[in-house]
Amino acid sequence: MKTILFILQKEFIQIFRNKTMLPIIFVVPIIQLLVLVHAATFEMKHIKMYVVDNDMSATSRKMISKFSGSPFYKIKFISFSYPDAEKCLQNGSVDVVLRIPVHFERDLFKSDEAKVQLSVNAINGVSAGLIYAYSNQIISSLNRELISKNISVNENTVAPENINVTYTHWYNPQLNYKTFMVPGILVLLVTLIGLFLAGMNVVREKEIGTIEQINVTPIKKYQFMAGKLIPFWIIALFELAFGLTLGKLLFNIPMVGNLGLVFLSGAVYLIAVLGMGLFISTLANTQQQAMFLSFFFMIVFLLMSGLFTSVESMPNWAQQFNRINPIAYFIKIMRMVLLKGSGFSDIKYEFYTLIFIGLGVMTLAVRRYRKVA
Amino acid sequence: MKRFFGFVRKEFYHIFRDWRTVIILFGMPAIQLLLFGYVITNEIKDVGIAVFDQSKDEVTIKLTNKIASSGYFKIIDHVESYQDIERIFKKGKVKEIIVFEQDFAKKLKKEGIADIQLLTDASEPNTANLIVNYTSGIIASFNKELNPLANSKMRITPEVRMLYNPELKGVFMFVPGIMAMLLMLVSAIMTSISITREKELGTMEVLLVSPLKPVQIIFGKVMPYVFLAFADALIIIAIGHYVFGMPILGSLGLLMLESLIFITVALALGILISTVTNSQQIAMMLSMVALMLPTILLSGFIFPIENMPWILQVLCQLMPPKWFIIIIKSIMLKGNGFLFVWKETLILLGMAAFFIILSIKKFKIRLEG
Amino acid sequence: MHSNSIISVKNLVKKFGSFIANDNLTFDVKQGEIFGFLGANGAGKTTAIRILCGLSYPTSGDVKIAGHDIYREREQIKKKIGYMSQKFSLYEDLTVYENIRFYAGIYGIDRKTIKLRTEELLEKLKMKEIRDKLIKDLPLGWRQKLAFSVAIFHNPAIVFLDEPTGGVDPITRRQFWEMIYQAANEGITVFVTTHYMDEAEYCHRVSIMTEGKIAAIDTPLKLIEKYKAKNMDEVFLKIARA
Repeated sequence: MKTILFILQKEFIQIFRNKTMLPIIFVVPIIQLLVLVHAATFEMKHIKMYVVDNDMSATSRKMISKFSGSPFYKIKFISFSYPDAEKCLQNGSVDVVLRIPVHFERDLFKSDEAKVQLSVNAINGVSAGLIYAYSNQIISSLNRELISKNISVNENTVAPENINVTYTHWYNPQLNYKTFMVPGILVLLVTLIGLFLAGMNVVREKEIGTIEQINVTPIKKYQFMAGKLIPFWIIALFELAFGLTLGKLLFNIPMVGNLGLVFLSGAVYLIAVLGMGLFISTLANTQQQAMFLSFFFMIVFLLMSGLFTSVESMPNWAQQFNRINPIAYFIKIMRMVLLKGSGFSDIKYEFYTLIFIGLGVMTLAVRRYRKVA
Repeated sequence: MKRFFGFVRKEFYHIFRDWRTVIILFGMPAIQLLLFGYVITNEIKDVGIAVFDQSKDEVTIKLTNKIASSGYFKIIDHVESYQDIERIFKKGKVKEIIVFEQDFAKKLKKEGIADIQLLTDASEPNTANLIVNYTSGIIASFNKELNPLANSKMRITPEVRMLYNPELKGVFMFVPGIMAMLLMLVSAIMTSISITREKELGTMEVLLVSPLKPVQIIFGKVMPYVFLAFADALIIIAIGHYVFGMPILGSLGLLMLESLIFITVALALGILISTVTNSQQIAMMLSMVALMLPTILLSGFIFPIENMPWILQVLCQLMPPKWFIIIIKSIMLKGNGFLFVWKETLILLGMAAFFIILSIKKFKIRLEG
Repeated sequence: MHSNSIISVKNLVKKFGSFIANDNLTFDVKQGEIFGFLGANGAGKTTAIRILCGLSYPTSGDVKIAGHDIYREREQIKKKIGYMSQKFSLYEDLTVYENIRFYAGIYGIDRKTIKLRTEELLEKLKMKEIRDKLIKDLPLGWRQKLAFSVAIFHNPAIVFLDEPTGGVDPITRRQFWEMIYQAANEGITVFVTTHYMDEAEYCHRVSIMTEGKIAAIDTPLKLIEKYKAKNMDEVFLKIARA
């Protein structure tokens, strides 16, 4: 037991004497939160629209004004020329073209049906879907307005039945994308420390050659590993706290639930992450290799984890994979506890799975380390 | 000249003898394409919902069934009271709760209007938006069915054309980005690490004392990475095209030319970084933070630049990957020729020239200093 | 074999695939002696010493270190030995004191004793002023002496030295060997490998390995006599060439 304390003492001295370490611990979270959160958004603002109005009627103008009145859209050009609009799509100066054909208003009032055309730059499939959804909403709302205004114009014997739909968004009424992202970015932060730095730390001993000296001493392997990993467990938890504070200060993210639960889950999550870092260290001989391997694994797990897009939208095989993806579980817990105030019983499944995964990965890593090092 | 080739060959050995590097260089593009292509999507299917039906009459039940059988939604819980709502949302499985008011069918018949409230768990904002959209859509079409005499209905029908990517495949957006990322990784990061490794090991001095000129040394170090980067670029385009059906509407030659320019920019950046430090570790960190992260985040690779705050948008203009991605998308997906991309190409060329001159200067200073 | 053998090796074999690095080695090291383990590069020295230190397992054979069996009692062995590698194995980014405290602590010495003993040691080495200096800022010779002192800080029964004097000037080498003699006087057995044949003559007994086998083992004087050589250098050349 005392041996571990001596090892920890040495490790902490080495970590903090490393001049690049302190900036990393303090600067990286700040940069991540500032840059990442603002950059990593699928929020749609300023959809650039080109309107080709071949009708020039009161109704078409009403439609245009509905779009220009929406904060999501920016009408860049209005003209008669569809070819010109297409050119703008081609060179990227607009994202969508709304084409109102001639006789639009007449067709609508006479035959109760009229078409408009939306041409969307669909290279970014995600954005395109959203653009369509928003545009549809605006057109539908115009549709409803027109109907209710003109209900008396068309006589009919049967009273129309209208279902009135309203909606409320819970936990994030303004659909603030940042609220969604910050918990995820915090998970990323903590994972970076745990995976990269811890793994590289283990490899470092191999690289500088003192590992032989260590192996000759009575230090047991588990003591060595604990000494290498525990400091980063502590540092990562500190980062979690630091990040949460920054999140509150910079973005005023909601912290509805029990913070203790967040840290408890974090502590368990880190066991899985550190285990992965340890495992990677057994595959690498130099710190550079450790870094690349960590990067590779991290990207895979991170993308699948639901950090950027929701897990339920993913294809089946991806969802199966996520059953063993600790990042996915922790992100879920973070979002549930922080944004919704979920309690322990709500995250029970995720929590226990994390414990299971953590112990599993750590055991595998330790076994392999024993054999190889 | 022979000396030079011998040197280049040695560099190739370095690279290919490290199996981990090889896996990453060739495995990464494939895996990333797979991931990005299929995983990052905002489609709605089998979203968990719950229904709070305060009427339970034939209209509400019919509508509920319609929603449940749409394929977009799956009813996974019941709500019997308002208190239930919060409890169910907290559990995290239900994303939307549909609330029918009391005496729904009666109200529809008598007053001609009845209320449905959609409550969404908006902790995932985009999904919430889409959910509302889809649900409203289903309700609207149900609404139409209720009123078979359609003459009271004025209908504006939007016809949508999804251009350049009719199936809304996510891959199309990501292939250019993955190319940029990988070219940056190989050309810049690996180059900088390779040069600093030589310095760290002390073998750089041996090289400098040899008859090889400094220019030859740099070129020699850099040459294998040019080939690797090129090979990688081709692999990505091939996988994108043959596996994911990404079109190559424009000229392949132009594509390769632009890639070459970008590779040059990246190389110059890598060399620049190697002049700043002697330590591999620092070169690594610098490359990651100053090159890789911006490439991923600030180049329009995943996240559209137009949505970012103003300051970040300015920063993005300075990123070579951003221009490269625009060029690639333009050529591959829109089939544009040089006329459409000359502006961006010029910018890239300018950046290439700038960084090359800078790195040569710095390298010379390092040598003499 | 002998009752005061502190290292006893019988038919030690180490194979790497089909390559035999150590071919049936049999030898003894007596308690308190300075034993020189010599041989050309590639002869199998490093392989053998690693086995004796517990860094790798033999393919077959009996090895007893300080009375403990190397297969079953490794943990006890580790507590009783010290090791100094070619690279001196001190952490460059730690100070002199921090290095000592770390290694001593691992061997179970309590903090108070560590402090006291360190002071005595630094006094003896005349290195009191550099107690808090980083290892990387110290000249090679000082590092070497420190590394040795750390290796014997916990009073092990045996200390293994793997080419400890590489790259160091002759005067420092001399001083280093004085330290070795002192340690031997205090009862520590010294097992040292070296390339410098003049150092071979400082040992009580030496063994010379070629191609995985022990070609000769005796006191330096007797070997010089036996091979009719002028010094150990010649003995070595004669054996290595044979």
